[in-house]
Amino acid sequence: MSVLKEFTKGFIKENPTFVLLLGMCPTLGTTTSAINGMSMGLAATVVLICSNAVISLLKNVIPDKVRIPAFIVVIASFVTVVDLVMQAYLPDLYATLGLFIPLIVVNCIILGRAEAFASKNGVLPSIADGCGIGLGFTMSLTILGAIREILGSGSIFNFKVIPEDANGILLFVMPPGAFLALGLMIALVNHIKNRKKAAA
Amino acid sequence: MEYVLVFISAILVNNIVLAQFLGICPFLGVSNKISTSVGMSAALLFVMTLATTVTWLLYTFVLVPMHIEFMQTVAYILVIAALVQMVEIVLKKVNQSLYQALGVFLPLITTNCAVLGIAILVIQKNYGLLQSVTFTIATAIGFFLALIIFAGIRERLELYETPKAMKGAPLALVTAGLLSLAFMGFAGLVNAPW
Amino acid sequence: MSDKKKLESTFLNMFIVLTVISLVSAFAIGLAFYLTNDQAEKVKKEKFDNAVKSVVPDFDELEERREVEIDGDKLALYRAKKGGAVVGTAVETVSHKGFGGDVLLLVGFDGNGNIHNSSILSIKETPGLGSNMDTPKFKDQINGKNPDSFKLKVKKDGGDIDAITAATISSRAFSDAVSKAVRAYKSASAQ
Repeated sequence: MSVLKEFTKGFIKENPTFVLLLGMCPTLGTTTSAINGMSMGLAATVVLICSNAVISLLKNVIPDKVRIPAFIVVIASFVTVVDLVMQAYLPDLYATLGLFIPLIVVNCIILGRAEAFASKNGVLPSIADGCGIGLGFTMSLTILGAIREILGSGSIFNFKVIPEDANGILLFVMPPGAFLALGLMIALVNHIKNRKKAAA
Repeated sequence: MEYVLVFISAILVNNIVLAQFLGICPFLGVSNKISTSVGMSAALLFVMTLATTVTWLLYTFVLVPMHIEFMQTVAYILVIAALVQMVEIVLKKVNQSLYQALGVFLPLITTNCAVLGIAILVIQKNYGLLQSVTFTIATAIGFFLALIIFAGIRERLELYETPKAMKGAPLALVTAGLLSLAFMGFAGLVNAPW
Repeated sequence: MSDKKKLESTFLNMFIVLTVISLVSAFAIGLAFYLTNDQAEKVKKEKFDNAVKSVVPDFDELEERREVEIDGDKLALYRAKKGGAVVGTAVETVSHKGFGGDVLLLVGFDGNGNIHNSSILSIKETPGLGSNMDTPKFKDQINGKNPDSFKLKVKKDGGDIDAITAATISSRAFSDAVSKAVRAYKSASAQ
């Protein structure tokens, strides 16, 4: 039961992107389309689950004073492994996401979960936490990517939804569109939260 | 002349925050006041230049000769973390007033993706040491410019009545979007020679 | 929560733990590299082979790469032969004038020196704008053209290439890369 709770909290209550506002760089940089957003999210999720699991296993043997460097080494190792695997098996995706793959290392979500959750909890809850937060992150990136893709290129998951010769609002696939779309999404989430609070 | 073009390109055309999405966290986090923005930018300029120099040397003289280029990410993040710690210790001993001004920003910089991002980028672009350092300084100045303008706007925005749902991050992001739009006007202004 | 106590932060403990973690992770990464490296090389080679196949007429033998220097860049040429006769040449070319970075192309010429086809190897142009470089509508307009009569510049600059809508810079970079490939091809043929 509690494992389930650790899993579901990442989607809405502690959604890393829209509520906690963490990991903004990849959120803005890779969401030019729904597929790109989703891939980035999944890559981060894999790293998060692995690092959470390993860190919760090691929590008792890591002295407190060197815990941050130890966490960073663990995270960086998993990032490198994901990096190498993607380069070998998903070369096209690797080329699109580019610099943002090694930058998963400095994604505040991952170190944040290691410090706040995995270093204090058992393996199973930590994995559940990693899955939940990771998939919540993936979901947010996919939604944001989908919105930008529909508005910007007139397609979703590469399926064209507007006539072939019509153009989308190109602004939305360019950098300013990323800021605008994310800002308005967070405003929407805030608005819903405020309404709920007022109703309660 | 070449160096001037690289500066213009990195500051205006390919601004690190507004066009490349690196260093967004401090950009949104410390941009409430102009004074803290200056401190953050100065600390970043210092650490970034140092980090790029050290990682470039590490890559060229250790990783490449040993054929372990794939260890780049791990090696870089450790170097950056150690470097930040060292700068903090040295600064504390040597210059107390500078430490007080920059000290609080230093721990934040380890997880600033701009530092790691630029260190990796100069390797991807095959820059020499001098080119790398120039590019890094130009990038840091670009960060400084974006942050200062942004903090100025936010200081004024504080005075206005805004919808409740837009308060804080949403308004900051929309503002950043408009600023990024303005910077797009510089597109095609210059082509960096390298 | 857990019955074991945390290890104390003595110097020896810290040293041992960090060393062990670093060694294990270095070993794990080395292993991952060893396991994926062959596949990564294979994918790269396959991608390049397919690109070569798509830009030159049907061939059965590819000559060794040769290099020609154009505008300070070393461009690689590969001559394709069929039954011993040269049927085409693929040129790996680059332009530094792209909007988001270097534009890398493979341009193929047929036996008569006309442009046969081109393939985009790597671009970092704006998605939805400059990235349209990789659509047949844009890149195939040079196919079958004779570089002596077809001016490799965008129409705005007095050439014959239709620029991508709202992406003149990317179109110029493409034209620049192709024209460099033409010069490399000519200088190699003259030798």
